[in-house]
Amino acid sequence: MTDNVTGSSPPARSTGRRRGDGIFRSMTTGSSLVIVVSIGLIGLFLLIQAVPSLQANTINFFTSAEWSTGDVGNLAFGIRDLLVVTVLSSLLALAIAMPIAMGIALFLTHYLPPKIAQPFAYVIDLLAAVPSIVFGLWGAKVLGPSLEPIATFLNENLSWIPLFSDGNVSLSGGGNIFTAGIVLAIMILPIITAVSREVFRQTPAMQIEGALALGATRWEMIRTTVLPFGRSGYIAGSMLGLGRALGETVAVLIILRSASSSSTFSFFDGGYTFASKIASAAPEFSEPLSTGAYIAAGLVLFVFTFAVNALARYIAGRGKAKAS
Amino acid sequence: MAKRFDIKDLNIYYGKFHAVSSVNLAVPPRNVTAFIGPSGCGKSTVLRSLNRMHEVAPGARVEGKVLLDGEDIYASTVDPVEVRRTIGMVFQRPNPFPTMSIRDNVVAGLKLAGVKNKKKLDEVAERSLRGANLWNEVKDRLDRPGGGLSGGQQQRLCIARAIAVQPDVLLMDEPCSALDPISTLAIEDLITELKKDFTIVIVTHNMQQAARVSDQTAFFNLLGVGQPGQLIEVDDTEKIFSNPSQKATEDYISGRFG
Ligand SMILES: Nc1ncnc2c1ncn2[C@@H]1O[C@H](COP(=O)(O)OP(=O)(O)OP(=O)(O)O)[C@@H](O)[C@H]1O
Ligand SMILES: [Mg+2]
Repeated sequence: MTDNVTGSSPPARSTGRRRGDGIFRSMTTGSSLVIVVSIGLIGLFLLIQAVPSLQANTINFFTSAEWSTGDVGNLAFGIRDLLVVTVLSSLLALAIAMPIAMGIALFLTHYLPPKIAQPFAYVIDLLAAVPSIVFGLWGAKVLGPSLEPIATFLNENLSWIPLFSDGNVSLSGGGNIFTAGIVLAIMILPIITAVSREVFRQTPAMQIEGALALGATRWEMIRTTVLPFGRSGYIAGSMLGLGRALGETVAVLIILRSASSSSTFSFFDGGYTFASKIASAAPEFSEPLSTGAYIAAGLVLFVFTFAVNALARYIAGRGKAKAS
Repeated sequence: MAKRFDIKDLNIYYGKFHAVSSVNLAVPPRNVTAFIGPSGCGKSTVLRSLNRMHEVAPGARVEGKVLLDGEDIYASTVDPVEVRRTIGMVFQRPNPFPTMSIRDNVVAGLKLAGVKNKKKLDEVAERSLRGANLWNEVKDRLDRPGGGLSGGQQQRLCIARAIAVQPDVLLMDEPCSALDPISTLAIEDLITELKKDFTIVIVTHNMQQAARVSDQTAFFNLLGVGQPGQLIEVDDTEKIFSNPSQKATEDYISGRFG
């Protein structure tokens, strides 16, 4: 400060600004701490409630598919099938929704003129406003039955692929993972599309022009500029969608038929996901030990969703590091 | 290679806006033509209509003819993508593909044209980088992303990318305006080199640069706000800068302007 020839006012101003920075920094640190702490507390709550039941469990929690929590003296619960059904339905949803969302987002941002793209985008966003109970009813009463012939066809012709082999519920009515996955795909389509649309739109015009000037067709331009630029955002959007699919409760609960035997790792299985299993038992949450079994399942879903998000962040971050 | 342009009665529009009116201009092969003129007079617009980049803007269109060695690039049978493959363009701001490696940036145009042979691609990458005076600086990091170079290096990378496909013509829109004097000189030298093989059209706001690198200079002007830009005169660079035939040209190059 001694070599500051312009007098004392600039340093004074900069201290003032530094104080503002300080306040702002403590506010942001504070609020992120609140979020981290509440997430930690939720995890802790789940853990505390789950531990006694896990201790009383008579079978392996991770590898067995049985679920009987009625008799508190003889608890037997395992999450294998819950995990299988959750993962299969969510991955099917993602596999269907990701390419469609990318197609729609590219179409809206780089093919359609903005005047037409705007209302079109609005309609897709509206899908996000449909309550999941409506999706569930539609899936169970309309889509499921009408998918039955397709499911039967796949089952008859592709049954050598384990995913399309006979499931543990009847194909009639379509109360299986196949239907649930498709309904979930429609439910997560808007979020993936919206995020992808935003990142694809932000591709620098300079780069687009560079590709076109080299004689790229529109698709080649998209491949060389829009996709590399939007890659990490697209993945992040898809993971938001996956998070939603993993945790979706009521639609899946209505669609999936309950099965009497355990999962066969097929799309034509019925059964429960983590979320739908917990919701199905909600009316009977009076006995702490049996409730704890469901809470343990919830804890696994919680950790699983967290891990998926961390993985997505890692992938997206790696893409960005490469880009810079 | 190195073809000539004959621009006949070219009128250029952005939707209803008439941006440039009736340009008539001949660009000889193996020759540098400079476009000069005040901001907004339509230099970039004319340049971009020479490789059909103009029509990328919504509602943009042209009337008139642009003959490349006698063939109208605006004929209905001509695919704009093909036109852009044979007429290279370098932009004001360097725009390499940031995630692509330096090498892949250079051969991006060839890959688009379907060349797959790795040996050939490597050869072309080296030749083009040497041609753009960049080889020595990047030869040890060809696999690093193009976005990691300095601005001047990026611009030379873009030039390498443009010449890799052996275009008939090279269009440059203020290629040095974002660069320091040293990089600018490097690129001016490069233009003089490239002139041996390519037909070059360059837009510049820098009079000295136009005088240094070009053989012929075209002066564009605006007669008034909202009026279309016009080509006032075109002549040998020496003549334009010593003894222009139009008063407006003289006023502009001597700095006595508007
Ligand atoms: N994409 C566009 N849409 C509508 N009008 C445009 C567009 N690009 C340019 N124009 C208009 O066309 C006219 C000519 O612009 P152009 O960019 O060709 O000028 P220029 O001579 O290159 O100027 P500068 O020296 O500042 O680069 C200007 O009036 C400009 O506003
Ligand atoms: Mg310009």
